[in-house]
Amino acid sequence: MTTYLLRRLLLFVPTLWIIGSLTFVLVRLAPGGPFQSEREIPAAAKAQLMRDYGLDQPLGTQYVRFWRNALHFDFGPSYKYPGRQVREIIAEALPVSAELGGWALLLALLAGIPIGVIAAVRQNTRWDFAAMAIALAGVSVPNFVLGPLLVLLFSLTLYLLPPALWQSPASRILPVVTLATAYVAYVARLTRAGMLEVLRQDFIRTARAKGLAERLVIMKHALRLGILPVVSYVGPAAARILMGSVVVESIFEVPGLGRYLVNAAFNRDYTLVLGEVLFYASFLMLLNLLVDVAYSWFDPRVELA
Amino acid sequence: MSSASLTAMTGERLEGRPQSLWADAWKRMRRNRPAVASALFLLWMSGTAALAPWLPGMPDPTLQHLALGATAPSTVHWFGTDELGRDLFARVVFGGRISLLIGFVGTLVSLLAGVSYGAVAGYRGGRIDDAMMRFVDILYSLPYIFLVILLLVFFSRSILMLFVALGLVQWLTMARIVRGQVLSLKQQTFVEAARALGIGDAAIIFRHLVPNTLGPVIVYTTLTVPAIILQEAFLSFLGLGVQPPAASWGTLVAEGARVMALFPWMVAFPGLALSLTLFCFNFLGDGLRDALDPHDRRDVH
Repeated sequence: MTTYLLRRLLLFVPTLWIIGSLTFVLVRLAPGGPFQSEREIPAAAKAQLMRDYGLDQPLGTQYVRFWRNALHFDFGPSYKYPGRQVREIIAEALPVSAELGGWALLLALLAGIPIGVIAAVRQNTRWDFAAMAIALAGVSVPNFVLGPLLVLLFSLTLYLLPPALWQSPASRILPVVTLATAYVAYVARLTRAGMLEVLRQDFIRTARAKGLAERLVIMKHALRLGILPVVSYVGPAAARILMGSVVVESIFEVPGLGRYLVNAAFNRDYTLVLGEVLFYASFLMLLNLLVDVAYSWFDPRVELA
Repeated sequence: MSSASLTAMTGERLEGRPQSLWADAWKRMRRNRPAVASALFLLWMSGTAALAPWLPGMPDPTLQHLALGATAPSTVHWFGTDELGRDLFARVVFGGRISLLIGFVGTLVSLLAGVSYGAVAGYRGGRIDDAMMRFVDILYSLPYIFLVILLLVFFSRSILMLFVALGLVQWLTMARIVRGQVLSLKQQTFVEAARALGIGDAAIIFRHLVPNTLGPVIVYTTLTVPAIILQEAFLSFLGLGVQPPAASWGTLVAEGARVMALFPWMVAFPGLALSLTLFCFNFLGDGLRDALDPHDRRDVH
């Protein structure tokens, strides 16, 4: 176990190095710079800016300094939000994204698993077909179609919920539902497939044969193995969902990581872009590792090697 | 695919007259009504989109009637018109041309890259396989959507760049699937026979191994098309994809979403076309999976 963890953690190093370097190169190769604006900036002022941000140094020096600071979780000041550190922006946007994602994930599990279990237990009945048709629709309607439609219905027609921003609890409902729908659908499909697989196995027959109530067979015996595919899906999905969704955050003007990243790319806010990409990648890998560990806990047959 | 599916195959062979995998799959597929309906719908949709410029009575999607402005759906303009008085039905059909084209070409890119990469890794095995798959693992942990956004913002927003960016995202899973298949296939005697006949590695990989991986590859390909259409639409929604005057479904949805309080049909129809297409591709993919691979339904991506 310990060696396994160590090996996995060691693999983080080259992966992050490649991701960081790739982004670094990409950012420097890009035509146009962060201080290009419609208004002409005096040459002296521009040179001063470049010096302040260390952009007058040779590329190699910049690269080395970038990594040295990144190791201390310091990505420097943002180019576009003067006086603010990238670190601060991430620290401010992460909780927002995590809250949005956390609720969406919770909704996905609480709605998706029961739907999947019902569909599996009543395989090939109307319940099953209805559940799977709904799940497939949930996968097929993109969130940038669903979001505007929900706003149209609940905000602009029924005047029930606020159409955007992240303030009152009511303003969280539409973004969360929009983000969760596709995940609900996936979780339902995975649960169904996993449960069907498990319900066929001998130990389920044994459990039924010894007279266990069907409820207990399903809830206690089948579900624990049946949701394994969900576990392996939820990990990477959780990383994505917790880091926010670019689209949902854009539609609903939620000040999370996704919206900051898109804006940073458009603004060529290089330090913010680099910081966010690196942060996101590390977070993603860490969560994936946690998932694999969780997997072996759920299913003792899985050996970590 | 492992011993389980092998026993399943031999089990089926014992049941009656021998039947090829394809005949069997075709039989199962035909029984699946929703999947057949989806396939027919997609054929009709692709046909309409492909032939759109030559269809009689198809309005010009770029023709503006500024005096007309945005009008609700009517018998003249089935889907209504946009603020510039352009016929929305024609815009949706021509948008589908772009969306579907990107879906198909992007899938082709990922197919070529994924299949050859996976097949080579699986066939070579050993250290080469290790290194090649480790590389795929690393690429998997890249925050793709961010990198794609960066690529498109920083460089050109051309369709070519879009293909590269989208193809790059999608070939990884294909490579993994094909590698897994080839790993088990290469142990079989027909490969040994081919080698004994002195056939070269490249010919063994592409003439003997790859055709045998076709089942899972077809299933995954059917699911890749909607994934790429969706991502293109997503990028277009952010203003990074197809650039005006060209418009994909994503662009149309984005335009419609901006004015939906006033002209709700402008977001409804492109959104419907996009969702329906994705829905049918997913249904078809599910049906194909059940038909070609009835014993392995675990992976529902």
